[in-house]
This record gives sequence, structure tokens and C-alpha cells, in this order.
Amino acid sequence: MSSPTSRRGYGVKAAPYTFLLPATILFALFFALPIGYAVWLSFRKVHVSGLGLGSGARQEVWAGFENYRAAFQDSELLHGALRVLGYGCIVVPVMLGLALLFALMLDSEKVRLAPFTRLAIFLPYAIPGVVAALLWGFLYLPDVSPFYFVLDRLGLPQPDLLDGGPLYLALSNIAVWGGTGFNMIVIYTSLRSIPAEVYEAARLDGATPLQIALRIKIPMVAPSLVLTFFFSIIATLQVFNEPTTLKPLTNSVNTTWSPLMKVYQDAFGRNDMYSAAAEATLIAVVTLLLSFGFLRASNRRDKRAVSQGGAR
Amino acid sequence: MSALAVHEAAPAAGTAPGTARRPPLRRRIALVPTVTLLLGAVYTLLPVAWVVIASTKSGHELFSTFTFLPGTGFTDNIKDLDAYRGGVYWTWMGNSALYAGLGAVLSTAVSAFSGYALATYRFRGRETMFNVLLAGVLMPPVILAIPQYLLLAKADLTDSYLSVLLPQILSPYGVYLARIYASAAVPADVVEAGRMDGASEWRIFTRIALPMMIPGMVTVFLFQFVAIWNNFLLPYIMLSDDEKFPLTLGLYTLLEQGANTPALYTLVITGAFLAVLPLIALFLVIQRFWSLDLLSGAVKS
Repeated sequence: MSSPTSRRGYGVKAAPYTFLLPATILFALFFALPIGYAVWLSFRKVHVSGLGLGSGARQEVWAGFENYRAAFQDSELLHGALRVLGYGCIVVPVMLGLALLFALMLDSEKVRLAPFTRLAIFLPYAIPGVVAALLWGFLYLPDVSPFYFVLDRLGLPQPDLLDGGPLYLALSNIAVWGGTGFNMIVIYTSLRSIPAEVYEAARLDGATPLQIALRIKIPMVAPSLVLTFFFSIIATLQVFNEPTTLKPLTNSVNTTWSPLMKVYQDAFGRNDMYSAAAEATLIAVVTLLLSFGFLRASNRRDKRAVSQGGAR
Repeated sequence: MSALAVHEAAPAAGTAPGTARRPPLRRRIALVPTVTLLLGAVYTLLPVAWVVIASTKSGHELFSTFTFLPGTGFTDNIKDLDAYRGGVYWTWMGNSALYAGLGAVLSTAVSAFSGYALATYRFRGRETMFNVLLAGVLMPPVILAIPQYLLLAKADLTDSYLSVLLPQILSPYGVYLARIYASAAVPADVVEAGRMDGASEWRIFTRIALPMMIPGMVTVFLFQFVAIWNNFLLPYIMLSDDEKFPLTLGLYTLLEQGANTPALYTLVITGAFLAVLPLIALFLVIQRFWSLDLLSGAVKS
């Protein structure tokens, strides 16, 4: 009544764009522009003429794919990628296996103390990765660790957890500790969205809880397993905080332990923004390719996957 | 508040299906699940318990007494921490609260606007916008943070509060959650009814839709609060003045200095203990009226 239809129609049309304006501006400034800038830098290099002294001696010039070629041939980057691959092969299966196990246990009947244990297992989510790495770092130190105390009393050998192979386990443990709870909640939420009637039939047929878990529950939460798997892989590729925090405690974690640490080191340690930008772009492209490949594969396998379950 | 109550009640309904018709013979505790979950809880609580106890030990006790034996140095440790560089620890904690509190409020507002727009309007470019925003999730943070640093340096904004605050306002995951909640909680006919009454789009959003979206927005707020509080990389890259550090970065620098001087260990440990307290407290308080499940985007209609 108060406003003419035409004006209202215009308002409705413009409204979503107005509501999306803050997000669009922030996206342009803090996502699109930096990404574009990084890609631009990756094709640049500094050309030093003469001794590199004076104002005009250092010039930024076009580099073509030179930085990328260097990144591909960089053995340290490759080693970092392999280290992270090994680390991921431990973290992802263990973390998701535990998350699924705990979710199934929470979902079982007659379980006691479920609210307490659920909160306790979720608790590490609220603890910063740096603090988590710091806490575990101290627990890995022979001087202050209860584990070494026990091993010592029992007269058992005391492995150095911050070196060689055990270092992978030590780092993986921090990630598993921090990530299991969140994934457990995601899987548990989707378990609870399964209607109770589904179990009734199976129970009448005499299925054991284990059979119900294996044959009904796990297949029905497959979409959320796919989702947690996907996000775990991405998080693993981006590992940075934990090894960086452990670095002061051990000599086995160098400044280029993971690819992202290498990027950081090149950018700020060696002040070579151009190589860092090329490496960063390379990692982003690999992440995107992996993501899309994975999403396509899982979509093809199960078209319903996206709409099923509480979590996508 | 009524919407909150609905969300609180909903999870309880699903926890114990068939409680009434359970045969009496099998009314014992399910041993395997209970023990498994307890073992899980022991695993997750162990480092927390350790830091609580270790923070009570003096430097000498830390290396000489059994790990899980409480010490006598708690008040001294707090005093030492308080004295460290003129109480810079409390500045870090205040900074963390500022970054996380203000950042999460702004982030929730932006997510609410965007999620509402994406859920209730049909407009050209909607799916494209949503997908482009979501692709932001896939971007490794270092890859964003380095060019962000370089660009902010050009604007002379690095090493400032804004350099840590601004890049964290837009959260792709927050927008995603807000869209899910808005489409589940705000019925289209309610919005249409508001329009029939001649309310402006802004008024419909603030008076009708936003109250319905509150449980979801609490989730987005918490998610962002935790994400910003826990963020290490961005301040690590952006800041050099330790008066502006958040806790994560402050503790890291403390550890870096302390690694070679065991005398500083107690400082790091006490600092870590005090750093986890606020978030644990936040979760325990919020637990009472908020369901963890919402974090994964679960919506009960």
C-alpha cells in the first residue's frame, strides 16, 4: 500500500546484491586481489645490474615460467611434499577411523557418560594448534614427560620422539588429537539423522550391533565420511603451525619441513617473493585439482551424496 | 529464545531410540562403547591435565618430581608471567579477545547478510557467487597471507590491528553455514507476507528473518571466534610489534626464546594453561544452550 509495486519490485531485485555487497568487497580485496597479485608475482623476477647498488640497479622484470621451472626442480620442495604425504597417510586414516569409531560408539544404545566423553573428545577443537603442539612438544621431551618417566621405571628403551621416523608419529599425533573431535561430531550428526525404523527391521532380523554398524550405519553416513576425508586432506596439505611450533624443540624439523613452510621461508627468510609466489601458486593449483578431481569422483559414485545426511 | 529451545530439544529426541521397550535382561551398560569413549576422553584430556598440573610446578619441581604430582609454584608462576616484559602476556590475551571478539561479530554479520541473500532471493549469478565464495575455503592460508601482506604493506597497514582483523572477516565457511540455516529457518512465505505488508527488504531481514536465524548465527560466531583465536599464521606474517601479538603468536615467541633456557619453560607452560582456559570456559558455558551438532551444518526442520 505504502510503496508502489514498481518501486517494491526494484527494491526486491536490488536487495540481494546489497546484502552481498560487504562479502563481495571483502572477497575482492582479501581473496581475489591477493591471489591475482601472487600469480602476477610468480611470473616476475628481480634483475640486478652491475653490483646491485644504487636505485636503478634492482629492477623487476618479466620472468616467464622461470620461477615455476625452478620450483619443479627444487628438491627441497619435493621432499617437503613427500614428508607431508607420509604425514597425511598417517593422520587422515587414523583421525577419521577414530572419529568414525567414537561416533558409532556414541550412537550405540545403553552407552554411559556419552555427553561427558563427547565434550571431552571435542575439547581439543577449542585449543589453538600452536598450544596443542606446545603441550605435546613438552610431553615428548624426556625431561618433563610422564611417558619417559614410566618407560624409565619399567626399564624399557626410550625412543627419541622428536627425530627420524618417530617424528612423523609425534606430529601426526598432534593433528589426530586436535581433529578427531570435530570429525566425530560431523559423523555423529549424520548418524543421528538416520530414522530409527531403519534399525528396527534389521534388529527384528536378528542383526547384531556390529552388523548394524557395518552394514547400515557406515554406508548411510558415507557422504559425511567423504566430506570429512576431503577436508582432512586439504588441512593436511596445508600443515604449518604444528611443525613450526615444534621447531624450537628439535633440530629435526627444519624451516622447510612442509611445502608451506618452504613458501614462508622463501618469502620472508630469503626475501624472494617471486619464487615463493610461484611455489604458492603451484600448491594452490595442486590443491584445486585434487579437490575437483575428488569431488567429481565422489559425485559420480553417488549422485545423492550431496543432499544426504546432516552435513555436506 | 524460543528458536533456541527448539534446537536444544531436537537432539535429545534422537539419542535413545526405543528406550521404553528395552528388555529388562539387557539393561546393563554397553561396556565396549562406554570404555572406548572413556579411553578417547583420557587421550584428549591427558595433555590438558598435564598442563594444569605442570603449571603448578616451580622450575625445579618440573624436572625433578613425577609429572602428575602437583607442585607448589602456581602463584609464583603467575607472578613470573605477570612480570615478564612488563605484563605483555595480558596484552596478548587482550589482543586475542579483541581480534576474536570483534572479528567474529563482523564476520557473523557479513555471513548473515550473505547467507540470507543467497538463501531467500533468486537472482542472476546466485550460484556463481556462492561457488566462488566457497572456493575460498580451498585456498591454503599461506598462499593468501603472503600476497595479503605485500598488498597491505603497500597501503602501509602491516603490523597494525587492522592487518590481522580485516582479512579474517569474510569466512567462506560462515557464509556456507548461514546459507543453510537461513534456507531452513526462514520460510519463503513469511518473507512474502512481510512484503505484502509493505515492509522494506531491510526491515524484513532485521525484524523477521534475523531472529529466526539466531541459533545458526551463534554457531557462526563461535566458529569464527575459535578460528580467529586459534589463528597463528596470519599474525605471524603480519605483525612484528609484540604489543599487538595475539596469544598464539606470543606463546610461540616465548617458546622460541625458552627452548634453550629451561628456566623459561615454566613461563611457557603457565602461559599455555591460561591460554586454554578462556576457550574451555566458553565451551562449557555455551554447551548449556547450544548444540555442538550445529557446527557441522545439521539443521532440524
